[in-house]
Amino acid sequence: MTAVLELSGVHTHIGAYHILHGVDLEVPEGQVTMLLGRNGAGKTTTLRTIMGLYPASRGEIRFRGQPIHGRETPDIAQRGIAYVPETMGIFTDLTVQENMVLAAHAARHAGELDKARLDWIFALFPALKKFWLYPAGKLSGGQKQMLAVARAIVEPRALILIDEPSKGLAPSIVNNLIGALRELKSQRTTILLVEQNFQVARALGDTVAVMDDGRVVHHGAMAELAADEGLQQRLLGLSLGAHA
Amino acid sequence: MTTSAVGTPAAPGEAIPKASFDWKPIALLVAVMALAVPAVGSTSSWITLTVAGLSMGLIVFVIASGLTLVFGLMDVLNFGHGVFIALGAFVATSVMGYGAGAGWGGFASIFAAMGVAMAVAGAVGWAFERIIVRPVYGLHLKQILITMGGMIVGEEIIKVIWGPLQIALPLPDELRGAWYFGDAGIEKYRIMAAGIGLVVLALLVYTLNRTKIGLLIRAGVQDRSMVEALGYRIRRLFVGVFVAGSALAGLGGVLWGLYQQSVTPQIGAQVNVLIFIVIIIGGLGSTFGCLVGALLVGLMANYTGFLAPKVALFSNIALMVAILLWRPQGLYPVTNR
Amino acid sequence: MNALDRILSHDRPRSKWLAAALVLILVVLALAPFLFPGAKSMSVVAKILVFILLVASYDLLLGYTGIVSFAHTMFFGIGAYGIAIASEKLGAGWGAVALGLLGAVLVSVALSLLIGLFSLRVKAIFFAMITLAVATAFQTLASQLSDFTGGEDGLSFKTPEWLSPSFEPFETEVLGLLIDGKAITYWLLFVVVLALFLLLLRIVNSPFGRVLQAIRENDFRAEAIGYRTVVYRTLSNVLAALFATLAGALLALWLRYVGPDTTLSFEIMLDILLIVVIGGMGTLYGAVIGAVLFVVAQNYLQDLLAVGATAVQGVPVLQAVIAPDRWLLWLGVLFVLSVYHFPTGVVGRLRALALRLKT
Repeated sequence: MTAVLELSGVHTHIGAYHILHGVDLEVPEGQVTMLLGRNGAGKTTTLRTIMGLYPASRGEIRFRGQPIHGRETPDIAQRGIAYVPETMGIFTDLTVQENMVLAAHAARHAGELDKARLDWIFALFPALKKFWLYPAGKLSGGQKQMLAVARAIVEPRALILIDEPSKGLAPSIVNNLIGALRELKSQRTTILLVEQNFQVARALGDTVAVMDDGRVVHHGAMAELAADEGLQQRLLGLSLGAHA
Repeated sequence: MTTSAVGTPAAPGEAIPKASFDWKPIALLVAVMALAVPAVGSTSSWITLTVAGLSMGLIVFVIASGLTLVFGLMDVLNFGHGVFIALGAFVATSVMGYGAGAGWGGFASIFAAMGVAMAVAGAVGWAFERIIVRPVYGLHLKQILITMGGMIVGEEIIKVIWGPLQIALPLPDELRGAWYFGDAGIEKYRIMAAGIGLVVLALLVYTLNRTKIGLLIRAGVQDRSMVEALGYRIRRLFVGVFVAGSALAGLGGVLWGLYQQSVTPQIGAQVNVLIFIVIIIGGLGSTFGCLVGALLVGLMANYTGFLAPKVALFSNIALMVAILLWRPQGLYPVTNR
Repeated sequence: MNALDRILSHDRPRSKWLAAALVLILVVLALAPFLFPGAKSMSVVAKILVFILLVASYDLLLGYTGIVSFAHTMFFGIGAYGIAIASEKLGAGWGAVALGLLGAVLVSVALSLLIGLFSLRVKAIFFAMITLAVATAFQTLASQLSDFTGGEDGLSFKTPEWLSPSFEPFETEVLGLLIDGKAITYWLLFVVVLALFLLLLRIVNSPFGRVLQAIRENDFRAEAIGYRTVVYRTLSNVLAALFATLAGALLALWLRYVGPDTTLSFEIMLDILLIVVIGGMGTLYGAVIGAVLFVVAQNYLQDLLAVGATAVQGVPVLQAVIAPDRWLLWLGVLFVLSVYHFPTGVVGRLRALALRLKT
């Protein structure tokens, strides 16, 4: 299994704070890798460091074998990495359509979006079709999240980073989201997913990496972790099984 | 720009977010015009003043639009925007003076002046961005101080080139005088200036709403780092926007100078204050707000100039205060990053 | 040293060079009438005094509270015009001065309160632009209300008897100087400026001052801890305006003339900015060092440029640029360079140097 993304010994400082203390991580191709951990473990910082939004102070990050640490964010994104931040990053003054056009590098305007792909996205997220020409700021929280994910898949990407998509969403919408992500997974899209919701994690994860105190403290197959309640307790203080 | 949206019809039972257009500030504009009718008294005077106000407003819009975009997109507060206005105006004196001597027609003269002014202002704007502004991105305090310093230096250099005294900028013969509709006189130049302002407005609207670059600008105004995370080198856009803003200010300077029919080195600083009032009223970063704000300011200046000249400058400040009390972020605040 | 510490509110210079410079300045300023009998030199020294107070009060606002305001010259002007108008309308005398001062203070406090409360509703950048607009409007107002303010020409007026130049209390010279009203006026300025400067030191080193600095660093956090940032900012605004008003009153008493260009002009605002940047923001001592450096340079810069002008006569571009009339150009260039390369100012540099030598 080839690794699309490799982090070795990555440290990140934010101002005076030393957040990542040597993160080693491999994201295999065509799989969903879950990034779990308690609050403050450094999961979001890891994603942002990969995207170049925070500069790594030490260590290496390789994407498809090429080093991307130290590069500018637009450069990293152009290599084929899509990022769905925790805050979603929706441009509220722009319409849903305009948000999507922006996310599509190849499209200069709505007419140039890939029709087939759009239809696929509308099938996953019907609300986006309904509110296609409405300012994105008028969407509900769940719909914004769907738009954020839709933006990441409007064109094929080699790697998608998603940060806590289910945060603050109602259970029914979370199910909707899981369904959409499962569909992506079935298309062999490589995803690095940060989640605190263990239902989502268990449903989607192929591989799992658990972080604590700025380091990856466990790395392995999701199936193994899901079966080992003792390990879950130790790593996460909660059991994945409890939220069946 | 906040766009009004026409949506596909909703399925029954679905709650649609109503995409509504914020019409209240427009209503304010209309109200001001309406209130002026009884205040001014005669319809013909009202017509003259209103046209004057709207055309002045459009000129101010041309100048201010660049500044508000630069702030919205780059988070740069250019207190030195006035230098481009002054530059444009002074370049116009030279070009039109030359044109008069060489026997050019009036329109050729003006359009040549505008072209050269925009080119010069744009070039100086490029240098200004590289040398003065770029080192202080994100540092508001230093930006305010440095751009102000830049303006002082620029004003002095203008004095070196053109001298410290007032220079006349007469209108070409073809544009003198007014058309009369009944009793109402409408100056020809004002119509032309308004026309140019409308062309600029149309170009801006088109670029912002129908091109990908415009999309990038509007998105960047809201959330710069997300635009970068989507893979766009938005910093390259910065320089372009800054240069465009400076060129527009130069164009505005030509129009303003012709409006006053004379030009002084202080013109930059004077119009600067007016511009700030306009973009505060409109909402920093909002092009449409800038338009409405500029029209309001233009109308107020002309109505109060007619009714109570001593109060004219205060009318704008009073307007600003009143609007901020109503909407603390301006008429059309841009939803923030 | 304890008494000195208390007088300085425990805000010591923290640099031997700085302390030496301050002491030198203090002594020279105290003895100025004896040292510089000429009219021009005396006016330079008096201007230094006034600017020390004016800039120190601005430092309170900018350096300690982190607020950029362009309305400072407005309060400066209000103080000056207060004295001038009262003395002109009511006749010279301490009564007029008192009344004028009181009036000016009331107007300044009211205006600064209004402006300060506005900062409740608008962001810092708005605030800077608004103050610019208000100050410009005020300047126009002063020129236009000519019956009241003397318009563009300004007002000349008489000061109380003890302060007028013809007043000579002692028949014989004291230490080589014939003491007259001008000298007395100077010492009045000196004493008031010294006292108010020490008061400012006390203010910025008090709990109130520390909250201001906390707000400057991170207003969000200060608010979260429980400080009503609006109240503190407004108070800072009012205090700064108050001290600027007093500075204006002192200037009026010295010049016996007030006009829009002596107090309200934008050049003065620029001077203040330049001094506070060169001297060092957020130090108060920066105002002292900066004012001395600046006023001396400004007065002799024009002479310097005149000398330079004769040197480059005939050289086309240089001739236009190196001319006494273009001193503002060089000031502007100096200003821009200072903001870039000299962010902590003279005082900051001296203190950093002292720290480096210690370790």
